[in-house]
Amino acid sequence: MPETAADVAAFVCPAPVAVRDRIVLGHGSGGRLSANLLRDIFLPLFSNPVLDRMDDQAVVEIGGSRLAFTTDSFVVKPLFFPGGDIGSLAVHGTVNDLAMGGAKPLYLSAGFIVEEGFPVEDLRRIAESMAQAAANAGVAIVTGDTKVVERGKGDGVFINTTGIGVVAADVRMSADGARPGDVVILSGSIGDHGVAILASREGLEFETTVVSDSAPLHGLVARMLSVSRKIRVLRDPTRGGVSSTLNEIAEQSRVTIGIEEKKIPVRDEVRGACELLGLDPLYVANEGKLVAIVAAEDADTVLGAMRGHPLGADAVAIGTVGEGSAGLVTMRTAFGSSRIVDLLPGDQLPRIC
Amino acid sequence: MKYVDEYRDPQIAHGLAEKIARTATKPWVLMEVCGGQTHTLMRYGIGDLLPKGIELVHGPGCPVCVTPLELIDKAIRIAGLPDVTFTSYGDMLRVPGSHTDLFGARANGADVRIVYSPMDAVKIARENPARHVVFFGVGFETTAPANAMAVWQAKREGLTNFSMLVSHVLVPPAMRLILESPSNRVQGFIGPGHVCTIMGFSEYDAIARDFGVPIVVGGFEPLDLLEAIFMLVSQLEEGRAEVENQYSRSVEFHGNAAAQKVMREVFEVSDRKWRGIGEIAESGLVLRGEYAAYDAERVFDMGPLEVEEPRECISALVLQGQKKPIDCSAFGTKCTPMTPLGAPMVSTEGACAAWYQYKRHGLVTVEGAHA
Amino acid sequence: MCLAVPGRVLTIEGDDPAFRSAHVDFCGVRKTVSLSFTPEVQAGDYVLVHVGFAISRIDEEEARRTFEYLKHIGALEEEGLAPPGAEVNHRAEGRAAS
Repeated sequence: MPETAADVAAFVCPAPVAVRDRIVLGHGSGGRLSANLLRDIFLPLFSNPVLDRMDDQAVVEIGGSRLAFTTDSFVVKPLFFPGGDIGSLAVHGTVNDLAMGGAKPLYLSAGFIVEEGFPVEDLRRIAESMAQAAANAGVAIVTGDTKVVERGKGDGVFINTTGIGVVAADVRMSADGARPGDVVILSGSIGDHGVAILASREGLEFETTVVSDSAPLHGLVARMLSVSRKIRVLRDPTRGGVSSTLNEIAEQSRVTIGIEEKKIPVRDEVRGACELLGLDPLYVANEGKLVAIVAAEDADTVLGAMRGHPLGADAVAIGTVGEGSAGLVTMRTAFGSSRIVDLLPGDQLPRIC
Repeated sequence: MKYVDEYRDPQIAHGLAEKIARTATKPWVLMEVCGGQTHTLMRYGIGDLLPKGIELVHGPGCPVCVTPLELIDKAIRIAGLPDVTFTSYGDMLRVPGSHTDLFGARANGADVRIVYSPMDAVKIARENPARHVVFFGVGFETTAPANAMAVWQAKREGLTNFSMLVSHVLVPPAMRLILESPSNRVQGFIGPGHVCTIMGFSEYDAIARDFGVPIVVGGFEPLDLLEAIFMLVSQLEEGRAEVENQYSRSVEFHGNAAAQKVMREVFEVSDRKWRGIGEIAESGLVLRGEYAAYDAERVFDMGPLEVEEPRECISALVLQGQKKPIDCSAFGTKCTPMTPLGAPMVSTEGACAAWYQYKRHGLVTVEGAHA
Repeated sequence: MCLAVPGRVLTIEGDDPAFRSAHVDFCGVRKTVSLSFTPEVQAGDYVLVHVGFAISRIDEEEARRTFEYLKHIGALEEEGLAPPGAEVNHRAEGRAAS
């Protein structure tokens, strides 16, 4: 027995640090740190009515037309992964941000920051992939830029794409549009992209046939809009997963969202990989899925339309919007018990505990 | 998924919960030791299924949370050295040291990498002779054999650029500590199923006997935990205080001999400091003398470090706005007033408890169930 | 510490027990796992894997017994047939102190 009795009541709870003076990786993860960065630095300084809506895209009126305008940067590692590469991701990602505003995507710009020493052949592969993705999506890359940074300062290549599209006059969707009684719809299985990426990362290697679901969603969206004008919100659950998306919508719309675990489609292999690493699929990134908040009376019609499209074949209603505490997302587990689905501080990390 | 899905059957879960309700005639306070078990209890809302009289108190989180502050600070210092590649399990990266965490160290230029297995760290060392690879060997007894194997392998290969920063803690001393505390209310334990897969459960007989508490070695799926709880409640109702094994598909009385052999070869028991609690005798593992060349604490001898636990507990930091309860990944899920992880949530004046009770989504009162 | 996942052993490499490894399947995901601690494992067995090592071979007979017992308990409660109070706990007998 020790001389001085250790006191179990003195146990300290080491909660993660929230206030930091340097950027950490978690700030880019789409979780709470990212939200804090926006809230504390960018939003107050740049504030204006369009930005403050915090949608994935900005819809602005110019000369009587409604244009959707968005930008996204791509820093994914590895550059080439099952189901895609940084190039196709860069096209799909921006096309999707436009599509989430109900826009028909038209034009993209492509900015490259390439590291000194990067193989030209790889750059060609990426560009080919982008050309293909753009052609399939029916968009044109009309302008761009290339910069080179010194070896060691660039991690291969970073790509930024900015896109514009047109939005019909009667299409108004925004993250603050969810209302109690609305239905939450998910277009398909979750976690595929994140798992495909992890499978190719050094230190976490495992073999799987899971491929990234990276795909352009504007065709699916157009179909949905053709049967209903009561789609309140569209969001693609990328980094931070379905959890981040639902939390953002609940926060912006000042509502509560309740979902059912049993209804959420997850492929067996994605489950297996998540079990292995201790990850929750709700927090894993997707690149070819969307979450739609639809007025209850149109939910079945929208689902029907989605299921007729290849990217929406597994579409399913997973929950409802309710009154109650703003920003709360809860999930009914398979056991019938309830748990809170909260934002993580940063990236979800593989765990052993 | 075989051996997983069956043990998550909701119908059987409800049946077991009913059985527990029928068996319990008095209130009982139970504790599960392993963080992984806590995770399952929270994720499946097992607390909601149990009768009101059965209270689950969560154990000291997991080894990640109790790793001494000095060691986190040492890890951060070592990671910041030139030519060092610091490897770790993902769990450790967000645990705060005196000033920052390993993520912060990365932001400052350190080469910090997450690995799934300690053998991955050995591989990185083998393939990068110009870098010194340090592995943060954290864990309970479950992880000790794997960590031991990594050091053993490194020595066998004659690697000169690999070392391990060891922070292993043992479960039985922790359980004794909890039971010895004057304010202890725990009457029965769900034993750590994977720790016991390695170590067996012979060590727990003495604890059950010395303190008169039943211990049931439990698995990690919801049905495992429910069955273990049922077995504990049965014992308590019958006035028994024995060690039983619910997780018999993986745990045997003597544990895994091959794993224990490697552990003994590489590690020896020593006194260890537990974060916030202080030193507990013979509660940890250190590398044996023959492996000194692989002990990062000896390789990077930095003497005693000046460490500073945030003087105030989490509550005060919350009041200062530096940490919000909501920033804690455990808050509202693993950690609630009914099932606190740490001191702040226990005390009714603690900011965490107050926040949780009155502000967090207007839910929950002290007596009520969670949302 | 705690996270260990069951998987099925597909193939095994290596003769020296200290260095045997297995290709293990987790629902379609495959990973190479060390069998250093489970020298008795054969292809087709299920193992519990923690940080890249098999820490135990899942005793399928015990697993079946456990599950059958659990199912039995669950079903009895449903039908309200379980006698109240003490019953023989088959599970406790099997492994309490062998």
